[in-house]
Amino acid sequence: MEEQIAANKRNSVILVGIVSAALVVLFYLFAQVYDPSLVFLFIIIAVILSTLGTIASYWYSDKIVLSITKTREPTPLENEHLLNVVEGLAIAAGIPAPRFVVINDEVNLNAFATGRDPEHAVLAVTSALLKTMNREELEGVVAHEMSHIENYDIRFASMVAVLVGIVVIASQIFLRSMWFSGGGNRDRRDGNVIFLVIGIILAILAPIFTQLIQLAVSRQREYLADSSGAYLTRNPMGLASALEKIKDNNVNTKVNGAVSHLYFTNPLLFKNANSLFATHPPIDERIKRLKEM
Amino acid sequence: MMEYNVLGILLVLILVFVYYFNRLNVLSNSIDNSWAQIDVQLKKRADLVPNLVETVKGYAAHEKSIFEAVSDARARMIGAKTIEEKDQAGNMLAGTLKSLFAIAENYPELKANQNFLMLQEELSGIENKVAYARQHYNDSVLVFNNLVTTLPGSIFAGILGKKVRTYLEIATTEREPVKVQF
Repeated sequence: MEEQIAANKRNSVILVGIVSAALVVLFYLFAQVYDPSLVFLFIIIAVILSTLGTIASYWYSDKIVLSITKTREPTPLENEHLLNVVEGLAIAAGIPAPRFVVINDEVNLNAFATGRDPEHAVLAVTSALLKTMNREELEGVVAHEMSHIENYDIRFASMVAVLVGIVVIASQIFLRSMWFSGGGNRDRRDGNVIFLVIGIILAILAPIFTQLIQLAVSRQREYLADSSGAYLTRNPMGLASALEKIKDNNVNTKVNGAVSHLYFTNPLLFKNANSLFATHPPIDERIKRLKEM
Repeated sequence: MMEYNVLGILLVLILVFVYYFNRLNVLSNSIDNSWAQIDVQLKKRADLVPNLVETVKGYAAHEKSIFEAVSDARARMIGAKTIEEKDQAGNMLAGTLKSLFAIAENYPELKANQNFLMLQEELSGIENKVAYARQHYNDSVLVFNNLVTTLPGSIFAGILGKKVRTYLEIATTEREPVKVQF
């Protein structure tokens, strides 16, 4: 547990370092392509951007994530339904009870948690989940999210969501401007062509790399959150039966790719669960491991 | 050169000592804190009891023995000093409340009373939280005891006089089925 918390705090710092370095390199290449005399200016922009991005991802990641996912405050009925479960499990985990919100989704059963630490955590569940799950299953899902909160998984995962988004946007802008300005500016020096090629390759690779970070961090910790969630409720079958319901029920959901790794189960079903690019382990494997506990 | 070696070893020893000193205190504080969580729930329950008893009395005034048992258990819990005493009295109160609710089953009008239903709901929520709080207490005790009883933690625990803490036992009333007398 404590190693997990320390690792998440450390990884968050490393992530900031990697993303800042990536932005500086990207902007250096942009400058080389557009106008080498502006290198200094571009690097300053990159530094400002990564500083702002870091601040935003640390202090406001929960608000950013919540606004991307379109959540709302729970109705009194939903509140009554969830409050006891959340308070009970927070006591069991020894953390303050998180604030909770509802995702307007009457079809899919899903949930996520975000925030920078247990004191600022927010738990989000879909309205369909509240209607479909019985108390035991709801406890299973909430306990899974509770252990993400307890482990500081939420800090790292939410920072990934925001910082990855920034890198993706920066490389998109670069690639699109290439698309439109191609062919012009014949007075470029030959050196520019090399930088142009490196720039394009990097702009294509950067989002893929950041996505790989997103993946590498999520799959193993889903298993971990399953098992520590089951430890909290002392009832692995509740969570297993929740996963069974989800398996038969969920359909592909339109979710921003930057936040897909935050969810309880992958909202983007079209991606093959076994592939290298899956953010979540296959549901059947999760159920199997829970039943073996 | 020799002095530096001695100094280095001394420094390492001090650092290790500080680490275990802090660790032992952090863990024992977290046990105290998780007791506080149980205490909060026990207090909430004790506060609801008089209200519940009054409501039930309105419909079943002649069930005197159960009212006495409930208020006895409540008084014992409030008067309890040590953690073990308080936890045991809390379990006793939970047992008597169970019997009270079992008796309430015989009074349809009582079961339809809004106030009663609300109290029942609230008490079962508290019951759940007490169970989770006790679980967290025992989890904290386990982590602490593991440190105190294994090397090298046991050496430092010995120096600092930290002893193994006791788990909260499952109440005897919870092991046996509840007896309801009429």
